Amino acid sequence: MPATFTRTTAPEIERKDPGFGGRPPVDKRPTGGGGGDENWDHHRHGRGGPRELITRYRLALLFGLSGDLMFFIALVSVFFARQGTGHIDAHNDYVLDWRPIYIPSILFINTAIMLVSSLTMEIARQQLFRETDVMDEWLGLGRPMSRRATPWLIATIVLGLLFLGGQWIAWEQLSEAGVFFSGNPASHFFYLITGTHGAHLVLGLLALLGAIWGLFALKKVEFRQILVDCTAWYWHSMGLFWFFLFGLLLFCQ
Amino acid sequence: MKTLGWPLPPGPSPSWMPLNGAAHGFALDHLMRWNLAALAACLLLAHGLLAVVMLRRPATSAGSRLPRVWIVQALPILLFSVMYLSMAVTAQRLWAANRFEGAAPQSMQVEVTGRQFQWYFRYPGADATFGGIRPELIEPANGNPLGLIAEDQYGRDDIVSSELVLPINREVDLTLRAQDVIHGLFIPAMRLKQNAVPGQVIHIHFTPVATGVYPVLCSQVCGLGHARMQARLRVVSLADFQTWLASKASR
Amino acid sequence: MNTKQAAASRPSLGRWLASNVFTTDHRAVGILYLVLVGVAVTIGVMLSLVMRIHLAWPGFTVPGRGVIKPEDYLALVTMHGTLMIFFVLTIGPQNAFPSLILPAQIGARRMAFPALNAAGFWLSAVALVVLLLAFVVPMGAPISGWTSYPPLSAIAAAGPGQGLGMDCWLVSLAIFALGQIVSAVNTLASILDTRVHGLTLGRMPLTVWSWLVSSILVLLAFSVLLAALILLFCDRHLATSFFVPLGDAVNGTITRHGDGSPLLWLHLFWFFGHPEVYIAILPGMGLASSLFANFSRRPVVGYKLMAAMTVAIGLLGFLVWGHHMFVSGMNPYAGTAFGLTTMAIAIPSTIEVLSWLGTLWAGSKRKGGLILQTPMLFALGFLSFFIAGGLTGPILAQPALDVYLHNTFFVVAHFHLIMAMAGAFSLFAGIYYWFPLLTGRLLNETLGRLHFWFTVIGAYGTFLPMHLQGLAGKPRHYSDFTGLASNLLPNFLPSERGVTYSALLLVFSQSFFLWNLLHSTLRGRLAEQNPWKATTLEWQPQSTLEMVDHGPYEYRNRASANESEDDFIPQWADGIDQE
Ligand code: HEA
Ligand code: HEA
Ligand code: CUA
Ligand SMILES: [Cu+2]
Repeated sequence: MPATFTRTTAPEIERKDPGFGGRPPVDKRPTGGGGGDENWDHHRHGRGGPRELITRYRLALLFGLSGDLMFFIALVSVFFARQGTGHIDAHNDYVLDWRPIYIPSILFINTAIMLVSSLTMEIARQQLFRETDVMDEWLGLGRPMSRRATPWLIATIVLGLLFLGGQWIAWEQLSEAGVFFSGNPASHFFYLITGTHGAHLVLGLLALLGAIWGLFALKKVEFRQILVDCTAWYWHSMGLFWFFLFGLLLFCQ
Repeated sequence: MKTLGWPLPPGPSPSWMPLNGAAHGFALDHLMRWNLAALAACLLLAHGLLAVVMLRRPATSAGSRLPRVWIVQALPILLFSVMYLSMAVTAQRLWAANRFEGAAPQSMQVEVTGRQFQWYFRYPGADATFGGIRPELIEPANGNPLGLIAEDQYGRDDIVSSELVLPINREVDLTLRAQDVIHGLFIPAMRLKQNAVPGQVIHIHFTPVATGVYPVLCSQVCGLGHARMQARLRVVSLADFQTWLASKASR
Repeated sequence: MNTKQAAASRPSLGRWLASNVFTTDHRAVGILYLVLVGVAVTIGVMLSLVMRIHLAWPGFTVPGRGVIKPEDYLALVTMHGTLMIFFVLTIGPQNAFPSLILPAQIGARRMAFPALNAAGFWLSAVALVVLLLAFVVPMGAPISGWTSYPPLSAIAAAGPGQGLGMDCWLVSLAIFALGQIVSAVNTLASILDTRVHGLTLGRMPLTVWSWLVSSILVLLAFSVLLAALILLFCDRHLATSFFVPLGDAVNGTITRHGDGSPLLWLHLFWFFGHPEVYIAILPGMGLASSLFANFSRRPVVGYKLMAAMTVAIGLLGFLVWGHHMFVSGMNPYAGTAFGLTTMAIAIPSTIEVLSWLGTLWAGSKRKGGLILQTPMLFALGFLSFFIAGGLTGPILAQPALDVYLHNTFFVVAHFHLIMAMAGAFSLFAGIYYWFPLLTGRLLNETLGRLHFWFTVIGAYGTFLPMHLQGLAGKPRHYSDFTGLASNLLPNFLPSERGVTYSALLLVFSQSFFLWNLLHSTLRGRLAEQNPWKATTLEWQPQSTLEMVDHGPYEYRNRASANESEDDFIPQWADGIDQE
C-alpha cells in the first residue's frame, strides 16, 4: 500500500483508524470490466480468458498509433505548407526555394522489403492463434506455437534490418550527390521523414527481439500472444505509414 | 458615425480606453462598449443567481423537482446564441470593412519596419515608389538601417524616420516588415494592431482623424528590449506634414 | 492491512521507497504527481510574485539577484507560464487526479497499464528538472514566452536565454509531451477497458467523461506539439529552414537561406495550444458537475447533454486555434472563419454553465438549501471564475475587437480567471473533496472557508483590474514603461500597485491551505466511510463490487420529510431502483 508518510497517532475516538491511505489493499488480479450493461449475456465470460487482455493491449496500441499518426500528419501538413512558402526576389517575382530532390531508386526495393516483412510478420502472428497449438502450449505440452513463430519473427527482423540498411544506402547516395539535410526544404523533409520513420522501425525491431525473448521467457500463453500480436500490428502500421510517406516523397514534391 | 448595424444607440468610448483618433475606431469603440456592457450584465446576473442559491435556506423542501433540461436550456440558449451570433456578425462586418480590402489607391504609403528594438518608418518621397532593400546591406551604424540599395533610383528620395508623422484625414497604407523576429505594431489610439513578420509583407490601412501625439508600441514579445520598442505617431495638418516632409527630404 | 502494518512496523528506507516512490501503484503515483504539482506551483507562484513586485516597484532588488533587468522579467514570465500551464494545470487535473481516483471511480482495481502510468510520471519529473535547469545554464532561462514564437526562439543570437535556456525548454517540453502521450494511452485504455460490469458509458460520472475527452485531446494535440518541437530543434541546430525566413538578419547577421515561415509555427503551436487549455479545464468541469450534484443532493440537470457537450467542446477545440492569430499576418478571411468557430465553442460551455445553475437552483429549494462544505465552496468558486473569465472569451473571439485587445492585459485577465483561477479552484475542490480517500481524514472546515474567501477576494482583486489595464492599452511582456513614448501612456503604476497588493493577499491566503494540509494530515477529524454521502464508486466501502446497476447521480427528489438519511442511491447499491 502506498502513501504512508507517517503513522498517524492513535485515534481518540472509537472509530477505526484508517491509517494513512487507509483503503483496501491492492488486488493483483486483472480487473474485469468492459462496462457492459446489466444483461450478463452481453458480457465476455470468465476472468482472464485468453482473449480478454489482448483486446486491452490492442486498444492501447490503437491509441498510441493514433497519436503517432497525428505526429506524421503534422509533418505532412508542414511538408505541404512549406512547399508554398517563398519570397519576392529582386525582380519582384515570387520565387520558391523548394527544389524537388531525386528519390534514390533503392527506395523501391526497400518498399518491397517492407511489404514482404509485413507478410512474414503476419505469418508469425498467425502462428500464435492456431487453436491446437495454443491448447498444447497452454497445457504445457511443448512449445509448438512459439517454435513455429520464431523463424518468421527472425525473418522479419532480417528484413527490417535490410530495410534500414537500404534507407542508409539511400542517405549515402544522396549525400554523395550533394543533397544534405540542411540543403533545401525538400531535402529537410526527405531526411526528416525517413529519419523519424526509421526511428520508429528501430523501436519495432526492439519489440521484435523482445517478442522472441518473450515467446520463451513469458510464463503465460496469453502474454506471449499479446506480445507478438501487438508487435505485429505496430509493424504493419509502420509499413502502412511508410507506404504513404513514400508516396508523398515520390509524387508530391 | 456609422455603427455597422449594431442595434443599439451609439455612445462614448469605454472610458478606460485612450481617446480614439482613427476613423474606424468609432465603430470599434461602439462595439466594444456594448460587448462589455452585455457581458458585464451577464456576469452580474450569473453572480446574482449564485448569491441567491448560496443564501437560500428553505425550511421545507418545496417539492423541488429537478428542472426539466429543456426549460433550463432552451430559452437561455436561444438568447445566448442570438447574442453570440449578433456579436459575431457585427464584429465581422467591421473586420471585413477594415481588413478584407486594401487601401484606396490614392492613399498615402508608409513602410514600417520592425527591428530589435526600434521602429523605422519610410516614406517613398516624390516618386511615390519605395526603393529596393537587401538584408545584406543593413547597417544601422552607417545610416542604412533598412538595407536600402544605393544604386536603386527609386530609393534615392526615400525618407527614413524614427517618428511616424501623418497628415490628418488622409488614408494611410502601412506596409509592415520585420528584419529579425516577429514584432507587433500597436497604436492604441488608432485602434490598430498588426504583427510584422520577417519574410512577410503585410498591409494595413487606417485614417487618422484627430491631430495629436500618440504612442506606438510593440505588442509581440521580441527580446529583451521589447518594452522599450516605442515610437511616436504625430498626426498633423496637411500643411505641417508637408513642411516636415520637406525638411526631412532636404537632409 | 495486517501485512502492511507489519511491514510498516519495520521501517526501512528501501521498503518505503519501493512502496511509495518506485512503484506502479496508481495511488502512490498519484501522490507523486501531486508532489510534482506542488513543487511546480510553488516555483511558479514565487516567480509570479517577483514579477508582480517588479511591476509595481521597478527598482526593487531581489535578494541575491539584484534589480530585475528586462530580460530577467521576460525569463520570469516565460518560466511562470510554462510551469503553470504544463506542470501545474496539465499534470494536476489530467494526471494526478486520474491516478488517484479514476480506477476507484470506474470500479477497477488497477489502471489498465500501471507501468505506463508510472512511466508518465517519471517522464514528467525529468521534464520538470530539465526545464528548471534553464535557470542555471549560462545566459539563463528563455525569454520568448510560453508560446516561443520563432525566429526569436529559433536563433540563439536573438536574445539572452535563447541559447542553452531555450534548448532546455525545448527538450523539457518534448519529454513532457512523450509523458503525456504515454499516460493518455493508459487513461483511455483504463476508461474503456477496465470499468466494472454494468458501468456503461451512460453511467460514467462526468469526471470520467472529461478524462476520456481530455485524454483524446492530449493524444492528438501533444503529438503535434512534439512534431513542432522537433522541427524547431532542427532549425536551431541542423541549419534547416522551417520557421526562419530568407535573409533573416538578427543583429545585422544574416542567418538563413531558405524561405521558412514563422506563421507555420504559430499554426502548429496553436493547433496544440488551444486544445491544451481545454485539457486544463475539462476535468475541472467534470468535477464541478459531480460536486454540484453531490452537495445540492440533486442529479445533474441533463446528464446526457453534459456528456455530449464535453465531447462537443473537445471536437470544436480543434477548430478554433486561429483565434490566437487574428493579427499575426494570417489571411483575414481565415480570421473570420476562426472567429465564427470560436463563437460556436462558447455555446457548449454556456450550456454546461446553465446546467450547473439549474442543478444548484434545484438544490437550493431543498430543505436547508445547498450544503456549503468546502469542496462545494471551491466548486462554486470554480463556477464563478469560469463565468467571469469565460464571458470575455466571446469578446476576444471577435477579430475586430481583438485587434485592440490582443496581447494586452485584457487577455492576461481572461486566461488567469478562466484558466489559472478556475483551474486552481478545481484542483482545490478536488483535494478538499478527495482528501479522506488519501488520508482517511477530513480537511478542517474553518480553515477551508478562510482559505476560500481570502483566495476569492485576492483573485478578483488581482485579475479584474487587469481588464482595465488592458483596455487602457497595457501590452503583455512589458517589464516597465520607460521608453520614447512612455510619457504619452497613462501612468500604470498605481494600478500595478493595487494588483500587486492583491496578488500578495492571494498568495498569502494559501498559507491557510498549507496549514490545513499539514494539520489535517496529522490530526484532522477522521472521516467516516462516505463523508459527503456521495454516489460515485470511489466512495464504496469495499472493493468487492461485481456489478453496477445505477447511474452516477441518483439523488431522490422527495418532496417531504426524512431526506437526511438515504436521499441518494450510491452506484454500488444493489438491485434496481425501488422508486
Ligand atoms: C495555471 C496557470 C497560471 C497560474 C496559476 C498563474 C498564476 C499567477 N499569475 Fe500568471 N500566467 C500564466 C498562467 C498562470 N498564472 C500564463 C500562461 C502566462 C503567460 C506567460 C507568457 O506570456 O508566456 C502568465 C502570465 C502572467 C502575467 C503577465 C506577465 C506579462 O506578460 O507581463 C502576470 C502578471 O501579473 C501573471 C501573474 C500571476 C499571478 C500573480 C499569479 C498567482 O500567483 C496567483 C496565485 C495563485 C495561487 C497561489 C494558487 C495556485 C494554486 C494552484 C494552481 C493549485 C495548487 C494545486 C495543488 C495544491 C494540488 N501571470
Ligand atoms: C482553461 C483555459 C481556457 C478556456 C476554457 C478558455 C475559453 C475561451 N477562450 Fe481563451 N485563452 C486561454 C485559456 C482559456 N480560454 C489562454 C491561456 C489564452 C492566452 C494564450 C496566450 O496568448 O498566452 C487565451 C486566449 C484567448 C483568445 C486569444 C486572445 C488574444 O491573444 O488576442 C481568444 C480569442 O478568441 C479566446 C477565446 C476563448 C473563448 C471564446 C472561450 C470559451 O470557451 C469560453 C466559454 C465560456 C463562456 C462563454 C461563459 C459561459 C457563461 C455564461 C454565458 C453565463 C451564463 C449565465 C447567466 C447570465 C445566468 N481565448
Ligand atoms: Cu518588438 Cu516587441
Ligand atoms: Cu484558444
